[in-house]
This record gives sequence, C-alpha cells and structure tokens, in this order.
Amino acid sequence: MTGVETQNRLAALAIWSAGLLILGAFTLIVGDIFWRGFSGFELGFLTEDPADAGRAGGIRSVLAATALILLVCLAVTLPIGLLTGIFLADYTAGGGRFAPLVRRSLDTLAGVPSIVFGLFGNAVFAHLLGLRISILTGGLTLAIMVLPFFIRSAEESLRSLPVSFSQAAEALGLSRLTFYGKIALPAALPGLMAGLVLGLGRALAETAALIFTSGYVTRLPESLLDSGRTLSIHILDLALNVPGGAENAYRTALVLIVLLFAINGALMALTRLSPSYREYR
Amino acid sequence: MTARTLTFLAALAAAAAAIFFSLNSSSEDIEKARLSLTGSSTIAPLALEIAKRYEAQNEGLRIDVETGGSSRGMADARRGLADIGMVSRRLKAEESDLTAHLLARDGVGIIVHSSNPIEAITGAEVTSIYKRETRNWQALGGPDADIILVHKAEGRSTLEVFLDHFKLDNPSITPDVIVGDNEQGIKTVAANPAGIGYVSIGTAEVAIENGAAIKLIKLDGIEASTATVADGSFPMARELNLVTYGEIPENAASFIAFAQSADVNDLIKGQSFVPPRR
Amino acid sequence: MSRRAADRLFRFSLRSATLAAALALVFVTFFVGYEALPALQAAGAGAFLTDPSWHPASGTFGLMPMVLGSLAVSLLALVLAAPLGLGAALFENFYAPPVLRGLFQRAVELLAGIPSVVYGLWGLVVLVPLIAKHLAAPGTSILAAGLVLAIMILPTMALFSSAALGAIPAEQYRAASALGLSKWTALRTVLLPAAGRGIMTGLFLSFARALGETMAVLMVAGNVPQLPSSLLDPVRTLTANIALEMAYATGAHRHALFFSGFLVMAVTLLLVTLAGRSEKKEARP
Repeated sequence: MTGVETQNRLAALAIWSAGLLILGAFTLIVGDIFWRGFSGFELGFLTEDPADAGRAGGIRSVLAATALILLVCLAVTLPIGLLTGIFLADYTAGGGRFAPLVRRSLDTLAGVPSIVFGLFGNAVFAHLLGLRISILTGGLTLAIMVLPFFIRSAEESLRSLPVSFSQAAEALGLSRLTFYGKIALPAALPGLMAGLVLGLGRALAETAALIFTSGYVTRLPESLLDSGRTLSIHILDLALNVPGGAENAYRTALVLIVLLFAINGALMALTRLSPSYREYR
Repeated sequence: MTARTLTFLAALAAAAAAIFFSLNSSSEDIEKARLSLTGSSTIAPLALEIAKRYEAQNEGLRIDVETGGSSRGMADARRGLADIGMVSRRLKAEESDLTAHLLARDGVGIIVHSSNPIEAITGAEVTSIYKRETRNWQALGGPDADIILVHKAEGRSTLEVFLDHFKLDNPSITPDVIVGDNEQGIKTVAANPAGIGYVSIGTAEVAIENGAAIKLIKLDGIEASTATVADGSFPMARELNLVTYGEIPENAASFIAFAQSADVNDLIKGQSFVPPRR
Repeated sequence: MSRRAADRLFRFSLRSATLAAALALVFVTFFVGYEALPALQAAGAGAFLTDPSWHPASGTFGLMPMVLGSLAVSLLALVLAAPLGLGAALFENFYAPPVLRGLFQRAVELLAGIPSVVYGLWGLVVLVPLIAKHLAAPGTSILAAGLVLAIMILPTMALFSSAALGAIPAEQYRAASALGLSKWTALRTVLLPAAGRGIMTGLFLSFARALGETMAVLMVAGNVPQLPSSLLDPVRTLTANIALEMAYATGAHRHALFFSGFLVMAVTLLLVTLAGRSEKKEARP
C-alpha cells in the first residue's frame, strides 16, 4: 500500500467517524429526551397547573405564559419587521446610504449574546419603564432579539420577487401601498411566514434573556404585567432547583422539543413553497 | 394580505404604544395614600408580598418597597425619607433611637447527604471544613471521602448569615461548587454523598419532607429546625426587622400590625423564613 | 385620506420602523454601557483586571477568573467541535451515501435547534454524574461545560463548513478527479483551501456562540470563580456570572455585572465582525 492510499483510508475513516459520531450524539441526546420524557407522560400534563414546585401536576400555566410572551413578541416584531423589510427591499424607498447601515446594524444585533438582551430588558423595560419583571418585559426583550432574523428573511423574500412586478405596478400607476398590500406581500407570503416561524423558534428556545425579564412565577398569568415562566425557564428551574424535578423537566423538554421540531417542519414546508427563500440563521 | 391588513398592523403598533404610555402614566393619575419602605434586600421580597396582600385589603393605599441595604433602611427612617426601614439584623445598642418590629427570622442550617452518618457538627468543625483544613469526612468520624464544599453565590442572604456567624472571610473559601438558590444547594448536596452545604432551614425542611436525600445536622448541639429558629435558640440565625423612628403614623402602624400577624405566616414561609413565635 | 397622503404615511411608517430597528443596537449598547459605567467609576477600570478575585461584597471585582473561565470552556469546545464539524461537512458533501445524506442534514439542523437549556438538562442529568463517578466528584467542571458546549456549537461549525464547501463550483472537484487525484487528495489540495475562508467564518461564529452561551454552562460548570488548574476544576464564565448573581445584586455589584455583560458583548461582536470580514473577502474574487 502506498503512502497516499494509507492517507486516503485514514481520512475516510476519520471523516466517517466524525459523521457517525454526530449522528450518534443526535440519537443519544434526542433519544434521551424522548425516552425519559415519554415515560409516564400523560395528556393531563398539558392541562394541569404545576404543583409542588413543579414536581407534580402539569404545565398549563407555563404554556399560557409562554404563549402570551410569544404574542407580545410577535405584536412588536411583526409590524416593525415587516415595514423595515419593505424599506430595505424596495429600491424606491430611498434607502440610499442608509440601508446598508441599517443592515450592518441588524447583523451586529443578531450576534449579541442573549444574556445581554436580558440585561438590557431588565434595565430598560423592567426598571426604567417600570414594567417590572413581567410577561410584557419578557416579550419586548425577545422582540428586540428576534427582530434582525425576521427582518432579514422579510427583506430576502421580498427581494426575491421579480423586478417586473414592481415595474408593472409603477407603469399601472399603483401606489406603493396598494402594490405591497395587493401584490408583493401576498406573493412573498411563504417567505414571510418562514421568517416568522424562524423567529418564533428562536424565541421559544430562549432562556437567558428571560430569567430576569419575565421571571419565574408559575401561577396562571392574569395580565401582561404578571410575571410568568416559559417552558425553557421551567426546565431550568426543575433541573437546577427542584430535587426530584428531573422527571418533569424531561417531560417539559419533550414538549418544547416537539414544538420546535414542528416549527422546523413548518419552516421546511414554507421554504419549499418559496424556493428563492434563503435560510438565514 | 391586503391594505386593510397593513392598517390593522399599524393600529396594533399604535395600540401597543398606547398601552405603554398609559402604563407609565396610570400610576400618577390617581392620588393614593402612600407608605414607603426601604432597606435590606433580604427583607424586600417578603415586604413586597406582604404589601401586595395589604394593598388588596386596603384600597387607595400604595406601598412602595425599595432596596438599598439595612443601613439605608435605618438612615431613611431617621431622616423621614421612608416611613419604615427594613433591617436584617438585631438593632445594636447605639441604634436604640429606632424601634424594631420583629417580622421574621432567617435561620441557616448545615446540610449533608442523607447517607452520611454524621449527625452533629460544631462551629469549629464547620470553620475548619470551609477553610479546607479538614478535607476528609474521616476526620469527623465519617466515611473515607473527600468533602465536597457547596457554597453560595455573592449577594445571597444565606451567604451573609453563614459568613457572619462563622466569622469567615469569603475570599478565603475555595469551594467545589457554587450555587444560587437554596433549592440548588439542596439538590447539589443530594447528588453528592460527600457534600456539605448550608441552606435556609425552612427550605431544607420542605425538601426533606419531599424526599430529598439530605439531612439537617445539629450545630453546636442544637437541633436545626424551624422550631429552634422561631424560639431564638438556634445559633446561625438572624432577625428580620421593620424599624421606625419616633412617632409612628397611623397607616404605618396598622401595616406593621398586619405584617406581625399570623395572616402573613404563609408569605414568610414562602420566602423560606421562619415566622416568630406569636 | 387621499391616495397621496396614504402613500406618504406609508413611506413615513417605513422610515420610522426602519429607524427604530436600526437604533435597537444603539439602545442595547447604550443602556448596557450606561448601567456598567458606575462600576468603572466606583472600582476603576483597572480593578476588573488586577483585583485578585470576584467578591463584590468584599469590594474586589476581579473579572480575570471569569475571563479565563470563559476562554477555557469555549476553547475546549472549539478544539473538539472544529475538527468534528469540518469532518461532518466533508462527510455530508463527499462521503455519505445518498440515503444517509438527507438524514444527516436533518439531524444537524435539528441539533442546531435544540434549546441550550435542554442541552444543559442533559449535561446535568447524564454527563455530570458520569464524570463524578469515573473521574472526579462533583463532576461539574470545565470538562462537562466544554463537552456540552462542543455539542452545541457543532451544528454551527458543520453548517458553515458545509455551505463553504457547497459554494465551490463542482467543476473544480471534477477537474481534480480528472487529473487522477484521489478523493482525499483532491479535497485536501483543492477544495479545503478554496473553502478556507468560509470555514474560518464558521470557526469565528462557533467561538462567538460558545462565549455568549449562558444557560447550559451555568448548569454544568460548577460556577466557582477561580483560576482553574485542571480540566476537572469547576469554573465560572462571564455569562454564567450574570445569570447566577443578577437577581440579588444591588449597587456596585449590579453595575459590575452589567460591565461583564458589556465585555462579553464587545468580544462576541468583534468575533462576528471578523467572521463577516472573512466571508466578504471570499466573495470578492
């Protein structure tokens, strides 16, 4: 056997091992979550409130708080993100030198570690604006975190529309508002939805930005100014702070992962609907 | 999506902004009677809970709770900046110009793994363990295992009580694990047969009832329990006081009476403190 | 409302929304910096560097143990994840049989989507007890944190390397094969150098992600702010420090935590910028 051949075989061996190792790690971790999460899982887990610090009962109030936080996040991200996406994608909007600056700023924002958003949300929303540790504070903090991802995909899906759309609209004398309302946004819908779903996934997975913005309270929230814990914080608390909490931590992790996998599936389906949409992570 | 949808989204954003501003101004809209508390950050969360319940029973009253440490609590009470100060220790002789109203006690117990045969420990032994002079449980008649030191993160009140009681200097301690909440301390000791830690006694009792693999051990011969903390005999404990200066205004007096009543026992326990014997 | 007025309002809302989005970064930087400033004034910038330890209650604010903790944990993760991630990308693009290829892609994507707190849970329940049993109790250590982080940044590394390899025109590989080069020789001498910058981008971003990660590390690192002497020692990272102490921090302590947040942000943003640079340079030729 020549030296080159040995090298080839060793390389193939190493690369195959790397590949199989990753498949193995995936099977190990996801398998562990599903295995432990499913053991003793009952549907009541979704409809009961946590009891006994989360050791017993279910996660109803946690699901409710999570949904509310995501809603607040969406209510802010959607309008601002959509409008910014249109501004960046539309050559008639007069972006000029401003647009690249905005893009640079958003790309940088996307790289900020999530715990820093937590600090920001705590200082500004909770203290400065007096919203306290609440669902509103948590949702707003997440909105800022998710914004660059949604804007980027909104811009890309609008950009991927043929220029002829816009030119035809201009030739017909349509206003930009009508153009977007009637033509561009409906055409770009799958891409926009994909961006939204991507943002939702990020928000759902987040913990560090929420520990001192939305808080730990397990009661069913009655208003947006109540503190509420999300699924991920529930997992953290059960794993770290509750002796005997590992079982329900795993069950909650299972729920969270199934939700995220569903989101991932939706994302793939939407991406297929809009072939020009480039994934942005 | 249509132009109408866009208008709807714009309206949504406007509504969000409106909620924002109304939230900020609503507190100023109605003139309410106010009561202000400042001081110890240990007491603040409890005071806040008690205040919430009291507010619910007394409409038109607003209670503000602010932290800043026990010394600020005393200074603010003296200068009239706050109606009530919060002080997380017994008042010293030279502070007798203030009146202390005992709110609760905060007791910290030593915990070990439930399989550890050790049942009692002395203050000197704890000091020696945390200074790393005693490194193996054998030295205390336990199993041959290196002691795993579980310690608290800065800012936790149990850390203050612990350091203060044993006259330990925090930088001189090199632990194996640092934890945040009491519950995490319990969980860490429960996971390590050779572990030792210190946690709020109230929390430890609840955890033991729930089957956590830990036990509270006697300190200097005294049982570590909420009972010994309540009657003041357990040594590693402190008083949580509300303090006032001079004549007490009526609404402050009735709030203090409420805070000292059995109606708040559940709140005190909820913060893992111990209600005093009433 | 006339059509023209409606259009003007539309343009106005486009501009204001964009301005708000662009200013988000400014706001975040400003407020985190603003809250950190009093710490610099009170303790002095030097104190963070020269104080022997992190004991805010005793007035010492040394961040060095945590800076080193962050570096140790992230570097260990990178050392493990970089070759594995690159190997994964090569596997996916050149070695995996077609059946396995799609499966592999999905697996890497799903791994990327698992929340950090779930990785932390797995680390705490499975990995830490293993280390405690076989190596040294209590198991929470640099090793545990580095391993968990490595699994977390692996998808980032793999996805970027794979994208970089995929961006190379297929003719290059075919030409190399036509010259009689074996698969590995073609990869080593033609494709890997061509994808170098893209792989560098992946490295920078993986490192940034490791440094910025909080929850999983908090759960398995042991959180003792000390200068570690072995892989089995517990350490505290800058991010874990914030998560651990923020809830009970007041005064200078709180400001010092904002300062450490500012520091983490500065370093990760530097890495992200470097990553962007190497991406751009590649696009040029």
